[in-house]
Amino acid sequence: MKRFAYLMATTALALGVALGAAEAKGLVYCAEGSPEGWDPALYTAGTTFDFSSQPVFNRLVEFTPGTTKTQPGLAESWEISPDGLEYTFHLRKGVKFHTTDFFTPTRDLNADDVIFSFDRQGNKDNPWYNYAGGNWEYYVGMSMPDLVKSWTKVDDYTVKLTLKSPNAPMLANLAMDFASIVSKEYADQLAKDGHMDDFNQKPVGTGPFIYVDYQKDAVARYKANPDYWAGKPKLDDLVIAVTPDAAVRVQKLKAGECDVIPYPNPADIEALKSDASLTVMQQEGLNVGYLAYNTLQKPFDDARVRKALNMAINKQAIIDAVFQGTGVAAKNPIPPTMWSYRQDTVDDPYDPDGAKKLLDEAGVKDLKMKVWAMPVQRPYNPNARRMAELIQADFAKVGVTAEIVSYEWGEYLKRGAAKDRDGALLQGWTGDNGDPDNFLNVLLGCDGIGGTNRAEWCNKEFDDLVKKAATISDQAERTKLYEQAQAIFKDQAPWATIAHSVITVPMAKKVQGFVMDPLGHHQFGNVDVTE
Amino acid sequence: MLGFLVRRVAVLIPTFIGVSLVAFIFIRLLPGDPIYVMSGERTLPPERYQELIHQYGFDQPIWKQYVVYVEQLAHGDLGTSINTKRPVLSEFMALFPATVELSLAAMLIAIVLGIPAGVIAAVKRGSILDHGLMSTALVGYSMPIFWWALLLIIVFAGWLGIAPVSGRIGLTYFFKPVTGFMLIDSLISGQKGAFQSAVSHLILPSIVLGTIPLAIIARQTRSAMLEVLNEDYVRTARAKGLPPSRVIGIHALRNALIPVVTTIGLQTGYLLTGAILTETIFSWPGIGKWMIDSISRRDYPAVQGGLVLIALVVMAVNLAVDLVYGLVNPRIRHVG
Repeated sequence: MKRFAYLMATTALALGVALGAAEAKGLVYCAEGSPEGWDPALYTAGTTFDFSSQPVFNRLVEFTPGTTKTQPGLAESWEISPDGLEYTFHLRKGVKFHTTDFFTPTRDLNADDVIFSFDRQGNKDNPWYNYAGGNWEYYVGMSMPDLVKSWTKVDDYTVKLTLKSPNAPMLANLAMDFASIVSKEYADQLAKDGHMDDFNQKPVGTGPFIYVDYQKDAVARYKANPDYWAGKPKLDDLVIAVTPDAAVRVQKLKAGECDVIPYPNPADIEALKSDASLTVMQQEGLNVGYLAYNTLQKPFDDARVRKALNMAINKQAIIDAVFQGTGVAAKNPIPPTMWSYRQDTVDDPYDPDGAKKLLDEAGVKDLKMKVWAMPVQRPYNPNARRMAELIQADFAKVGVTAEIVSYEWGEYLKRGAAKDRDGALLQGWTGDNGDPDNFLNVLLGCDGIGGTNRAEWCNKEFDDLVKKAATISDQAERTKLYEQAQAIFKDQAPWATIAHSVITVPMAKKVQGFVMDPLGHHQFGNVDVTE
Repeated sequence: MLGFLVRRVAVLIPTFIGVSLVAFIFIRLLPGDPIYVMSGERTLPPERYQELIHQYGFDQPIWKQYVVYVEQLAHGDLGTSINTKRPVLSEFMALFPATVELSLAAMLIAIVLGIPAGVIAAVKRGSILDHGLMSTALVGYSMPIFWWALLLIIVFAGWLGIAPVSGRIGLTYFFKPVTGFMLIDSLISGQKGAFQSAVSHLILPSIVLGTIPLAIIARQTRSAMLEVLNEDYVRTARAKGLPPSRVIGIHALRNALIPVVTTIGLQTGYLLTGAILTETIFSWPGIGKWMIDSISRRDYPAVQGGLVLIALVVMAVNLAVDLVYGLVNPRIRHVG
């Protein structure tokens, strides 16, 4: 009898497991790194966002999947005042924060949550301003303190944002990860219990997935949010496994231990494409790798010299050697996936003889210069040292002697930004919010000199166009201004634009509905798996 | 015995102070600072940079920073990681069990295979077996770890499909860690198949991590055995007509083991400092990768705290080795 009961119990258990397995849809995403923490406003790394802001949180405005355009998120609609200074957001009603084993919300999302989400980042008197080191890096990095005058609650479901000056990219900023809306009720509860640090360890959001557990540097687990305002996700469970080695990620994908992986080694991509059990998606990343001349120094203050050097660089050879098929030549300072990209731009031709002539014309003989090479791999440049060597060889062909210099990364960033930097610098940029302002103004505007403007290039005409574009909310009008600005850039050549890297996401065939995000996130809210 | 222990611990105190000072200075000698690395290409405005430097206290004179650090240390506070904004001690404790588990498994493989291999090579000195074993050991010693690891993964996980690629346990098993040791936690969880899954995940990384210690132990055992086998007492034992297994197993090996135990101790201490390559390749959440990441981010508190904790572990292991000597060889019994 005892034996029979045992048999029954095991059968029931096995049946339950089998049924459960058939019903529950799970997906394993093998991430390249670990989340630094779980409060998205404290960090700037895309890896961290894949764990926190993307599955767990929402923003007032969201990027339309696969684009850099914005669409309604937690705000159902909004109005912008004619002077561009006031944004009135109407919140979606009935949005529930996650119920977890550590928090049960008693009310829906309302204006207090929105105000709190931003106030804690900008208001030094907010008790949460200094929690977890009080480092609101992205909020500061996107100049929010200079742009925002106030956030006010109009009623429970209406909030008003007032700006100090009109700023068209603001909506895109509000779709960024740092602008994720957090629960004030949860924050209050933690503050009362004296566990404020848990706010950065156990996230509660409104997003498609509910945080379940995280084992440091190993694995994070989520379950579908049954009350998700945009509809319950098709997956029941999401697992993100930390897998730092690119070759191992590929092996795990092949072995079925991962369903989706980011950043495979370029050398593995061809083999992945020929594997019938996999789908390989590719798209240009929202980035640019460039060589910035120091336009404050002789002879690089002369556009002819810069143009000549650009013509000396055999760009395609560099891309083939350094990117191994995972890069495309860049002709504009903004990537092709970004709106206002100027299709008509003609790139500087590879023409060593022409380059020599142009240098002669500028009166430059036996030029000696430095080329700075980053010591680290970046999304826009997998091997700066190799790139610098190829540029050095190209320059030698037109009689220019280049010396390659490099520093440790932190030091490189510091010295590279200095106005009196000696030499041309290999660097690059990955877009934050998909707005052209985030490239053209940040990297080439006069305000960025001594900072993000590594060419130390200040062209009044260019700067005026870019500044003006930021104050207009009509995108068609802005596009025109940005196209003009790109034409000036190409003519003045403060950089040699080198490449935009191509991002590759391989996945198992059973994964359906994955959309590549130009901003580099990996999102699973609309993903399904078919067995 | 107790007196010996007290004396040894007393010697450790200045060592510990020295280590804390070195840890503090080492990370500051590296160029670049955490604030610049944190801001990346974005580059902070100078005012903001100053604000952050001030917030972290990096604008204080270096001696003052050291005083603050020592004061915290004296209260058992290792500071807060700049990167994760979590206490360094809890970060370390979350990862250290994984490192211990892997290191012990690797040392187990190294000892169980290394000592017999060394003994056999010594007894059959000059034979093909001896040459074969010692050449294998040399290859093991000089093999690039990442290559060896990937080779094992491709063969056993990829082609043969008999081992998992990486991780500590199958992702279908989910339970909260109790001890942090996956083998123990999987047993406690009571989930069917969890323990087997944990063991299967441990095998490849421990073979990889154990390869170099295995080679070292085998070579060391061989040379120690050769020395001992020529000693008078071994000859006497043989002359008495004792069976060879007893002569080699008891008389010779026990004495030969003294230098080997030293090596095992040093190797264990070394493995416990974290194996950066093995951890990275096998997605093993240990302290090796954490330390390297912290160094590259110039996360001063994490590096300082991590080094101090690792030093404590290594000192504890060395102390343990000293005590084990007495068990192996009665002549070195510690008199109090």
